[in-house]
Amino acid sequence: MKHPLLCAAFIDPRTTLELDLPKWDLLIRQARSANVLARLGFLLDEAGISAQTPPQPLMHLKSAQLFFERFTLSLQWEISCIQEALRAVDVPLVFLKGSAYAIAGNNAAKGRSFADVDILVPEDKLQEVEIALIKAGWMTNILDSYDQKYYRQWMHEIPPMRHLKRQTSIDVHHNILPKTSKFCPDAKKLLAAIVSVSKENIWVLAPEDRVLHSATHLFHEGEWAHGFRDLSDLDLLLKEFSEDDNFWEKLLQRAGQLNQQIPLYYALRYTSRIFQTPIPQDILKATEQQSPNKIKQKFMDLLFLRALMPDHESCNDRWTGFARWILFVRSHWLKMPLYLIVPHLLRKTFRQLQGKDRH
Amino acid sequence: MKLATLSKKGLIRSLNSGGLRFKIGAFTICLSSPIAEVADHLLALYGAFELIDDEAFIDFYTLLAPPSKVRRYFRPQVNFSFDGFIPFKPLPYNQASAMFEWGLNWCIANHSHQHLIIHAAVVERNGRAFIFPGTPGSGKSTLCAALVCSGWRLLSDEMTLLSLADGLVYPVPRPISLKNRSIDVIRSLHPDAVMGQVVNDTLKGTVGHLRPPDSSVESGAIPAQPAKLIFPKYQDASKTELTPLSKARAFLKVAENSFNYNVLGVVGFNSLGALIDASDCYEFKYSRLDEALALFAELAR
Repeated sequence: MKHPLLCAAFIDPRTTLELDLPKWDLLIRQARSANVLARLGFLLDEAGISAQTPPQPLMHLKSAQLFFERFTLSLQWEISCIQEALRAVDVPLVFLKGSAYAIAGNNAAKGRSFADVDILVPEDKLQEVEIALIKAGWMTNILDSYDQKYYRQWMHEIPPMRHLKRQTSIDVHHNILPKTSKFCPDAKKLLAAIVSVSKENIWVLAPEDRVLHSATHLFHEGEWAHGFRDLSDLDLLLKEFSEDDNFWEKLLQRAGQLNQQIPLYYALRYTSRIFQTPIPQDILKATEQQSPNKIKQKFMDLLFLRALMPDHESCNDRWTGFARWILFVRSHWLKMPLYLIVPHLLRKTFRQLQGKDRH
Repeated sequence: MKLATLSKKGLIRSLNSGGLRFKIGAFTICLSSPIAEVADHLLALYGAFELIDDEAFIDFYTLLAPPSKVRRYFRPQVNFSFDGFIPFKPLPYNQASAMFEWGLNWCIANHSHQHLIIHAAVVERNGRAFIFPGTPGSGKSTLCAALVCSGWRLLSDEMTLLSLADGLVYPVPRPISLKNRSIDVIRSLHPDAVMGQVVNDTLKGTVGHLRPPDSSVESGAIPAQPAKLIFPKYQDASKTELTPLSKARAFLKVAENSFNYNVLGVVGFNSLGALIDASDCYEFKYSRLDEALALFAELAR
């Protein structure tokens, strides 16, 4: 497989100093397709070499960074609206994924824009939270009774809600994996370890849990358009948190407690391979206990090393489409046991053929 | 080398293999398409545009192609894609060329936040840019076409790019999109004006594109100093009326007509403020193009 320019630039931004214009052209295309144009801009800023970037590519980077700054501002406003809406409900307000990185000021927030804000609440408070959100103007856009049942009975979140005026989305979770998944952790353990970010009832998962959530989300993923960006999040989180003593040991231990050893194994395997994330050898060794047999491992490499590349024609080979398709099927497989998933997919297909379903 | 130096065969070969690479103002475009009508559109309207070599940096990789082979014979369609990303629903096949123009508008409006982008026609004479913001139907493109046909330099008929860095207007001289009645108005005024294929029944009605003057295309790298901000309103049988507009009102009206004012935040606010300060602002009601042309010739002196 070809090694994309974008990987080299993320490992060491100074490699861009050597690029001629046609290579810059390709780098910008890859970064745009992977949705990391703004992040690349910040990496070059941090390395102090934006001034050496030729004007044409620089224009695209700066344009994306400007757009991202606006996104950050809207996100802050959205978070304050959510906070206001849930003020009367007696729950800790725990933000997840992208919004959590932004709130906690993690490096992984840099250049990362997204459509939905995700929050985590205790399962027994779901109804109260949902009602408070509806009162403040959020509505579910899924009205079909089967889809409602699919979310409420099996998933780790209620149907996504959209604000009527602002058109922003919120996903209210009570766990980080579907209830029907055999890897589903005990959400109480996640909530017991949350860390406070401000006095105003704003919380995020513990650093180790943030890494594990990111890993489990990525390696249970069905849509792979953001694979590269999400793996880069993990790279940035790991680099940032590992400045703390004992982080790696705590991470391993936590993965055991939350039943997330396999996603952690993949996360460390592929961040170290694709981003050369500095991970201590003994930690890598320890997670390798989760490794499947050699043949299966080869096969998983074939899939993941392709799906995690930027979604751009220059990064694809003849196996990329196959890899993304297999991983899509795998994501359903991991979500639910066979006796649930087969009827569910049949039903979805049938409804799609009738033209009633566009999910 | 100009696009006009290519034969139709050569042009089609480029469009089919690796794409045709050319310059529009400060932007560089690569266009691929298997559709023969696209080659006709380019030959008719883009002859004066400069081709660029393979070593250049390309801002926008674009492709116009049918979404599926199955529908080739049954209501064929065309998709616009920006380096693999498809921002719109497909359109009927015969609107491919118009779709290129709209698609390129989208590319520029969404990826050029180094400018405050105003939905406005902009033309220049004696080094002074006249900006005509306008909602569809206000007659800005007609006015722009008439001015350009009588010797004004075309910077853009659709989007005014106001640089955040230096406050100047940067040209994107491209074919002028004329709709419905204005196609005949411009044709009768300038019988020798070159118009591309006229397509009926698009979302915007009947659409035709007017070839930009060669001189405007050739000076596509030269920015202009904004001088007048004029809000046109075509009204049947109305007198020609130019009314001064307060700067505060003008500010709000431009903000409403901007594609990315909300993205730019404080920088956008300051740039727009500087534009308003530097420009005389007017509302302009008209029905007669000859009177309008005479009035603007006077204003530009």
